[in-house]
Amino acid sequence: MKDWTEAGVATLAAALAARQVSAEELANAFLQRMAASPLNAFLDRQAEHTLAQARACDERLARGTARALEGVPIAHKDVLVTRDWVTSAGSQMLANYRSPFDATVVERLTQAGMVTLGKLNCDEFAMGSTNENSAYGAVRNPWDHAAIPGGSSGGSAAAVAAGLTPAATGTDTGGSIRQPAAFCGITGIKPSYGRASRYGLIAYASSLDQAGPMARSAHDCALLLSVMCGFDPRDATSLELPHEDFAAALATPFTAGQTQRPLSGLRIGLPEEFFQSGVSADVEQAVRAALDQLSALGAQCVSVRLPRTALAIPAYYVIAPAEASSNLSRFDGVRYGHRAKGVRDLHDLYSRSRSEGFGAEVQRRILIGTYVLSHGYYDAYYLRAQQVRRLIANDFDQAFAHCDLIAGPVAPTVAWDLGAHRDDPLADYLADIFTLPASLAGLPGLSMPVGFGAGRRPVGLQLIGPKLQEARLLRVAHQYQCVTDWHQQRPAQAGLVSEHGH
Amino acid sequence: MLTRIDVDRLAELARLRVAPAEADATLARLNAILGLIEQLQSAPVDGLEPLVHPGADPTQGTRLRVDEVSETVDRAANQASAPSTAEGLYLVPRVVE
Repeated sequence: MKDWTEAGVATLAAALAARQVSAEELANAFLQRMAASPLNAFLDRQAEHTLAQARACDERLARGTARALEGVPIAHKDVLVTRDWVTSAGSQMLANYRSPFDATVVERLTQAGMVTLGKLNCDEFAMGSTNENSAYGAVRNPWDHAAIPGGSSGGSAAAVAAGLTPAATGTDTGGSIRQPAAFCGITGIKPSYGRASRYGLIAYASSLDQAGPMARSAHDCALLLSVMCGFDPRDATSLELPHEDFAAALATPFTAGQTQRPLSGLRIGLPEEFFQSGVSADVEQAVRAALDQLSALGAQCVSVRLPRTALAIPAYYVIAPAEASSNLSRFDGVRYGHRAKGVRDLHDLYSRSRSEGFGAEVQRRILIGTYVLSHGYYDAYYLRAQQVRRLIANDFDQAFAHCDLIAGPVAPTVAWDLGAHRDDPLADYLADIFTLPASLAGLPGLSMPVGFGAGRRPVGLQLIGPKLQEARLLRVAHQYQCVTDWHQQRPAQAGLVSEHGH
Repeated sequence: MLTRIDVDRLAELARLRVAPAEADATLARLNAILGLIEQLQSAPVDGLEPLVHPGADPTQGTRLRVDEVSETVDRAANQASAPSTAEGLYLVPRVVE
């Protein structure tokens, strides 16, 4: 039997439709790989639910009523609520929590025929860039088990890279899809704010949170994104847009007729601020080589400015904690979640349940958020951060007058070692510098693998588009992946003994 | 710069409890973060309209749904994850003696 766990979403959908493999066989193959994996990528698995979904898919395939992605497996980041799997958000606060409903993006993917393999580890409440903030232990990077996988969607990225699932959902508040995708050598896209419903996404920072797909290619991401996006009346910030098929135009040249140089006419803006000191030599080399490849495909690189890039860090670390301190006030030990034992009174119940249930980084962000929103400080911090956010959005508007998309590194370095930043509390924050600006401006951002840096750890290229131009990013990434094979490379030490016959 | 007293006050407001053994470490981390966000004070923002969220279209306002029943509440399902309930009510420590 062929080892289907090496295949991506598009290949699997075609193989299932052609009845070359059954959904149940696929689900079993991935469940076996999950069980043998040492990466700590999965938090909850319910094999019976997975196999029941798969068998229902097989019946539809047999009846000829298959849906777009019938029988293709996927796993979900643990901040997206699910009825049949525990949703802990990587926190002791929600250990064993069962949601009475599925998040809209989960529901949409299930309605398209996808089979849920389980729930994926992440930084607690999506707060972190390394996955070390999970209450259930860090995830290991499949390329190097001594390295972080990135975060906060670290379980998602590691699981896809290691072939434990062909696809995963992630969420991105300040880079949490793009950075782990880069560190694990996979492709991921954060759509424009308002594209994907946030209903059932456990809120961290509501003005920034977005869900998106993580998979092995731009083509796979396009298929998944087409299903995930769409108007949802249950999310007040959901955009009312017609359905868009992001996979439809992937192979279409940017300028009609230019099949040999399909990116002819495309102007790629390179922000000077993304190529200054602070970017390590190995990352810059891989990124420059990818830009050369895009140029060979016909694109023209132009220099642009995003002068307030550095200010994105303080703006984000005011806005996100402020919104988090408000959103996380719902965890009070009364309606759901951890409840302290032997309390004196209601006040004691609240404060002890919260300090026992939340991890250290979550508590720090709540305290910072409480401070910047407190009486007398609101204008100096939260309001001012929102004004800086305007400046950053205006910078993008000006840059996009000269280019069709922006490209640069996802992060200044490759993945660092687990524990490396333990004594340097701000190091993780500063490493978010290249992903935060697009988050603050609500723009779509894609990360794709473009080579390897120090220690043979993957390097990602970030593409940022004007609002709602996800299709353009996916098209450029797809054209790049048609002529390169970085996205097809697999980690050698997946930590698995193959049990599949050949 | 925050002091230990400030941290205790913030913890009180946030309904958190900072353990005495961790108080100094927490204080140092919070002050490091505040040092970082202090950079905002030099930004040229005079007269700029705050960007509250990037989906905001000031001409649209908040979308309102039609005022009719669209969902029903399944209390038993919603309370299934509650730490302590009785007869459909959430139980908490006595508030009024």
